[in-house]
Amino acid sequence: MDLSIRVLSLLGLLLLWTLLALAAADPLVLPTPFSLLQPAWTATTSGELPYHLGRTVLRVIWAFSLAMGIGLALGLMMGLNHKIDQWLDPWLVVFLNLPALVLIVLCYLWIGLNETAAIIAVTLNKIPNVVTVIREGARALDPGLASMARVFDMPFGTRLRHVILPQMAPFIAGAARSGLAVIWKIVLVVEFLGRSDGIGFQIHLYFQLFDVTHVLIYAFAFIAVMLAVEWSLLQPWERRTRRWRTA
Amino acid sequence: MGAPHQTVAYGMIHIDVQEKSFGHTPVLRNIRFDIPKGQTLALFGPSGIGKSTLLRLISGIDTRFSGTIDRPERIGIVFQEPTLLPWRSALENLRIVHPSLGHDACLEALASVGLEDKADAFPGQLSLGQQRRLSLARGFGASPELLIMDEPFVSLDEKTAEDMLTLTEQLIARDTPTTIFVTHARDEAERLASRIITLAGHPASIQSDTKGDFS
Repeated sequence: MDLSIRVLSLLGLLLLWTLLALAAADPLVLPTPFSLLQPAWTATTSGELPYHLGRTVLRVIWAFSLAMGIGLALGLMMGLNHKIDQWLDPWLVVFLNLPALVLIVLCYLWIGLNETAAIIAVTLNKIPNVVTVIREGARALDPGLASMARVFDMPFGTRLRHVILPQMAPFIAGAARSGLAVIWKIVLVVEFLGRSDGIGFQIHLYFQLFDVTHVLIYAFAFIAVMLAVEWSLLQPWERRTRRWRTA
Repeated sequence: MGAPHQTVAYGMIHIDVQEKSFGHTPVLRNIRFDIPKGQTLALFGPSGIGKSTLLRLISGIDTRFSGTIDRPERIGIVFQEPTLLPWRSALENLRIVHPSLGHDACLEALASVGLEDKADAFPGQLSLGQQRRLSLARGFGASPELLIMDEPFVSLDEKTAEDMLTLTEQLIARDTPTTIFVTHARDEAERLASRIITLAGHPASIQSDTKGDFS
């Protein structure tokens, strides 16, 4: 993608925000982007913002790894084995339609207000989406390559690494991208409801103080981290797995 | 099913398909034959008769049939389509399938089908003829005890088909694997094989089984 278009588009968003802030003319409702800089700097140097950001990032990493790992395994099993699919599909529909809030509240009630409950709640919320996407991918696997692997008697590990996963790469990337965005939103709700640190907790705090400035600062801090992940990890990985298409 | 086959000669491949059906439609019935070690056998018959189905049973891709097939462990296969891993280079396509072959042996295998300078190319960068040759090299790699080829020369232009035929002749002469290949072209069958089994009828069964030097 053209970098200059991306920068221009973001500048446009910034301009719109400034205009709206000037029109509102009340920094308590909507401060201008520039008036965020000073308090953001203070929050960063005091160590408060990095601490809460770190807590949230850690929870996102945990929930993301668990949801992707379990979702990938379940999705592959369901996509490749019709019997397993028949058995697990109703469960999938139940969990897909269970509101995130219900799962979070139940996890806190059953497991307690602790880190385990928080991470399990987020993971359980995300697994069904990963399974759905991965299962579609597994159903579309090339039967010709499967026959080839079978006749040449390729061991399971080799088959997974060189035959199955490369075909699944676009589906894994799709699940990872939508997964990351959804997971961090759910992590905030989990923190909002039952943790004493993390960005969600801070937003809860500033919400009670009616401090729009700090709510925005904490939200943008995390968006910045996510953009960095997207551009420095996800997109380069995708380019690498797509190399053979463009070669 | 059936008695054990302790008396089967060394390297002999033993095929006994009592019946194979798709749904309620039987496609193959009472197909029995042995292939001695090193023989090149052509399965001949019109398109759609069930030759490829029989090949899928022999290669173990399809296991839903009544009867028994004794097949060796090391099988090489060449499909109608190249069936390569498009995300791996030509060399890796050989190495992944044949981990027992080293880097140099794989390069040699590539050279034997005239692809020595294409080791790092992805299959998508090769012409269809080159992809088919790579698939042939993969089939012959790691000296299979049984080589199975499913119409390896169809949908190629005349020159490429002729090149592939010559190449296959050379490779068979070099390695003398036990070979079964399917074709609906009589001249291909006579040129490569020392025995031709013709399938006919619905459900298909063996119509004739002729041995000899056809070329």
